[in-house]
Amino acid sequence: MIVLSAGFQTTVQDCGRFGFRKFGVAVAGALDPVSLRLMNLVVGNDQGAAGLEIASGRVRLQFDDERLIAWCGGEFEVLAGGTPIPQLHCARISAGAVCEIQAKRGRAWLAISGGIEVPEVLGSRSTDLRAHFGGQNGRALRDKDELLFGVRSALAMSIALRLPAAVSDWSAPRLFAPGGVLRVVRGRRWDDFDEGVRAKLLARKFRVAMNSDRMGLRLEGERISNGTTPELPSEAVASGTIQVPRDGAPIVLLADCQTIGGYPKIGHVITVDLARAAQLQPLDEVGFELVPLAEAQELLLGQEKDIALFRAGLQARFA
Amino acid sequence: MRIQPLGDSAIILDFADESSDAAELLRRSLSAADALEHANIPGVIEVTSAYQSVALFLDLSRIASVVDGRSIADFLHDRIVSLVRSKGHRSRIRTRSVEVPVCYDLELAPDLARVAEQTSLEQTEVIALHSSATYTTACIGFMPGFPFLAGLSAKLHLPRLATPRTHVPAGSVAIAGAQAGIYPFESPGGWNVIGRTPLRLFDADANPPALLRPGDRVRFRIITRDEFDKFLP
Repeated sequence: MIVLSAGFQTTVQDCGRFGFRKFGVAVAGALDPVSLRLMNLVVGNDQGAAGLEIASGRVRLQFDDERLIAWCGGEFEVLAGGTPIPQLHCARISAGAVCEIQAKRGRAWLAISGGIEVPEVLGSRSTDLRAHFGGQNGRALRDKDELLFGVRSALAMSIALRLPAAVSDWSAPRLFAPGGVLRVVRGRRWDDFDEGVRAKLLARKFRVAMNSDRMGLRLEGERISNGTTPELPSEAVASGTIQVPRDGAPIVLLADCQTIGGYPKIGHVITVDLARAAQLQPLDEVGFELVPLAEAQELLLGQEKDIALFRAGLQARFA
Repeated sequence: MRIQPLGDSAIILDFADESSDAAELLRRSLSAADALEHANIPGVIEVTSAYQSVALFLDLSRIASVVDGRSIADFLHDRIVSLVRSKGHRSRIRTRSVEVPVCYDLELAPDLARVAEQTSLEQTEVIALHSSATYTTACIGFMPGFPFLAGLSAKLHLPRLATPRTHVPAGSVAIAGAQAGIYPFESPGGWNVIGRTPLRLFDADANPPALLRPGDRVRFRIITRDEFDKFLP
């Protein structure tokens, strides 16, 4: 595949790089791994295959051979050889055809049958933009990049054979609704914050700052604390962790975040709402709603069941 | 030891209540991390440690499939407490010693003169203090392969730069507060740079990818500018 136009900050991502946090290596991977996993399933890939994360601009990709593609995420217009492709559906793109993707809002993930075959680095094909490795030479895509795909699975072949038209009459379930409220569980320093600070976190609306990126959402608006909560020696942080630095402006960490941090953690965005966080862009309003840990874990287990059900359904129909 | 959730898919073990000695807390964290990493608890994806805590990252579905009616928290609590409390694993920690050659040439040490001035020491004394200590790698973080080294002489404790530099060269050996560190990549940074090592601290194509790991003892060895320039890894 030739990248005719790369857009802005289009990266190769899989579900992340695990096992190397102890060496300071970020997880990286799709900001919303569930979307990428579902789209991989739609095109007959393993859930962990590498695809593209598209953030903004216009992306044009010319395919060398016939492939299945599927995308989902924010508001995007996607055309395959001129045919509009709705999200969550499976589409065929023929050899030589161009897939055009116009980003309007948020982020999207594109899976291609066979997966993107960049070399695995430390067990993952995800791009580590900060440390410059993984993905396409450790960087975002550029115009004229060429990407190779892996071998199509038997399932992908079977899905392709039974596509009645360019686009499937079936689709993956949509597992999240976009919105500006992120559900959170208490952080381990929750009780060290004044009651007033905790109340503000849950009652106020914040604005996503311009300097937010794949490392984190920096939030502007009212400072929720005066920095009196003491910092402790650095400890593990993860995607979803909400830190409150001394300036009182919360930061929600995302997939590219560093592995340890010293700022007090007031809470954590629950895993199923990271999909929502991934769609937020600068100037968006965001608020937080506290939920019990057990509820967060039930939601996550329920989501995994939904993915397993969809996978089983595909297998039953096409394998 | 306190066990607390770190979001819905990780937990953190905090040893702060077990000692007031930072070195002892680090030892406990390292030995617990080692024991937990080798225990292959179902659904524990990875284990990390830092200063006085250990984090376990979880595959919740996997754990839910083996808890056998118990809550996930109870299941993990039992496994963790029995592992960390058992004495057997303590002996398994082998401390590695790593020697890091450092050139303190002023061209490679943009903050050395100022550090000497602010600490009222001669430059040679700063170098002697920095290179004669034995450090312990408390954790790796900030960026891949960046070691946070405990053991810096109290005479060298200085704040970070008021305005961080936009470019700190790879290999820069630096100090900030009570810590010493080494920049694996060229990056922005606010630590006081007092030398440079020709060693490569991080190589994504190697396994393990980092020169140092938590618990490693580190000593700096003084090398000349000529040795630095001719250094072959």
